[in-house]
Amino acid sequence: MADTQGTDLPEDAAAGEVATDAPARTLPDQPVLRTLFEQFETAVWGQSRGQDTATVVASDFRAFAEAAKAAGFEVCTDVTAVDYHRARRIRFEVVASLLSHQHNLRIRLRVPLAADALIVPSLVPVYPGTSFFERETYDMFGVEFEGHPDLTRILMPDEWVGHPLRKDFATGEVPVQFKDSHKVS
Amino acid sequence: MTDETQTRDIWVSGTEEPDWVVAGTDEGSQEMAHTESVGRSIEQVGTRITDDYVIDDDTNVDERMIVNMGPQHPSTHGVLRLNLELEGEIVRRVKPIIGYLHTGMEKTGEQLTYLQGPTNVTRMDYLSPMNNELVFSLAVEKLLGIELPPRADAIRVLMTELNRISSHLVATATNGMDIGALSMMIYGLREREMILNFFEKTTGLRMNHNYIRPGGVAADLPDGWEDDVAQILDVMPAALVEYDDLLEHNPIWEGRTRGVGVITTEECLAYGITGPTLRSTGYEWDLRKTQPYSGIDQFEFDVPTGSKGDVYDRYRMRILEITQSLRIVSQVINSMPAGDYKTDDRKVTPPPRKRIDESMEALIHHFKIYTEGFKVPEGEVYVAVESPRGELGCYLVSDGGPKPLRLHIRAPSFANLQALPIMMADSLIADTVATIASLDPVMGDVDR
Repeated sequence: MADTQGTDLPEDAAAGEVATDAPARTLPDQPVLRTLFEQFETAVWGQSRGQDTATVVASDFRAFAEAAKAAGFEVCTDVTAVDYHRARRIRFEVVASLLSHQHNLRIRLRVPLAADALIVPSLVPVYPGTSFFERETYDMFGVEFEGHPDLTRILMPDEWVGHPLRKDFATGEVPVQFKDSHKVS
Repeated sequence: MTDETQTRDIWVSGTEEPDWVVAGTDEGSQEMAHTESVGRSIEQVGTRITDDYVIDDDTNVDERMIVNMGPQHPSTHGVLRLNLELEGEIVRRVKPIIGYLHTGMEKTGEQLTYLQGPTNVTRMDYLSPMNNELVFSLAVEKLLGIELPPRADAIRVLMTELNRISSHLVATATNGMDIGALSMMIYGLREREMILNFFEKTTGLRMNHNYIRPGGVAADLPDGWEDDVAQILDVMPAALVEYDDLLEHNPIWEGRTRGVGVITTEECLAYGITGPTLRSTGYEWDLRKTQPYSGIDQFEFDVPTGSKGDVYDRYRMRILEITQSLRIVSQVINSMPAGDYKTDDRKVTPPPRKRIDESMEALIHHFKIYTEGFKVPEGEVYVAVESPRGELGCYLVSDGGPKPLRLHIRAPSFANLQALPIMMADSLIADTVATIASLDPVMGDVDR
């Protein structure tokens, strides 16, 4: 399926960067999205199963969200991350879903992040409601959101070590203590 | 109060202040201390709540204390824990603390095949399991790019709308119970039982059905389902009249709910709050109307909206949405198309039982689908449906294998919890349970 264009990065792309030298950048036909993408040189428009996505570099994340909010995307419904582990050269991807009520339109921001630079600007100053979602993403993946007012664990206990939704955080890693197990073996 | 101060002598107000009162600090409030205030919807970010409450000289510092509510409090609808900062009887700040029910269901979802997935997601929001299954199935179907026969869509609409009624009944019932209208609890659960009985007859289980699956539904509707649904349609309008008799013009109920837990449209949009809470502020937004799914746009229904955004309006929203769901159900029952209840795409649906007797390949095919599972093409998709609590989204990433690379559920209760600090700032502590109940959080959905 070739519908993830803009996300399958070329092999020589530097970590944390999106290839910007792509010739003839394609822009969406939808006028609202088109004007939005024209403001950002590095934002790559793509479609996944007919849904619009924008692959942006980490430094543009908040600026893009601000521009999107100005363009009519009132709500940020969701922030999460994906750990592609060995499937991709750039391991993590932060994903934010924006929704425009007035245009009845959705767009998904995707920020590829290398494992050694897991930091993106927080969307909380733009969309305060992303606070819980960013805390969850931090909790589960260890992605830092710069500028978040209270970036602490939200679902796991505060003293928990590790980030459970990473692919290398194996399930069943915690040994189960059976009663009188030492007598058996 | 710290332990240290409690061990000292009791200071009687009016006498000279001892040293520990003068030098004393309240550790709990330090933790939640705020710095600046600009406007509520902007600075009330995160769980570190800052509102327009300013400690001035008139504020009696002795009156402030942090009260921990939950996670075992019966009115927190599960294991929600709140840190309330009180000044006398007035709640100044609220900090929701969650995670007590976290069971790593998104991680579990990565270990299950797409066919097993609904067993997992159905347990998240246990009051509206059908909607959970639906959003997962829609996401898988979007990745697969398959179309469903009209009967499967109609069954899905029927089941999710009945589920909306049962979920709203629980919300209204518990809302009533929390404020002291105990009869509402009995009445609400009585009607819900009728719907759950129908669910049990159709799916085999009262809750956690695993009925809506990628590719359609698990089984066709049972014989005589029209009569069961007709009975629900028969009983519900009369029951709604009873609820109105109990609550609508009840002066105690109105006194406890009107003007309580108010939230504005702007705050709802800023904090991503959806569902009846958003509509109670007078903002018409329902994904069933604006981004229809499962052919729900062919049925006629209205989107009720409130005006004040208080507890009373949210209760009214739920009652009115039950009425609209009944409208949809009655249309489905009259227009249920004939045909298959699951897709005939052999990649997703195993061969029919008869073919297995005749064909070795069909047997292998059947075996492969139920052991290895079907492969889903690479890609990622976000699908949202209107659950009884708001926008329920599913972000699904496939790497081309039989199990999802990433399953993320955008839980409406999780986002809606962020409304609590706004609704409860400067409210009376007696209104706390009313506000929580009106938000209708399901902790299984919040913590996943």
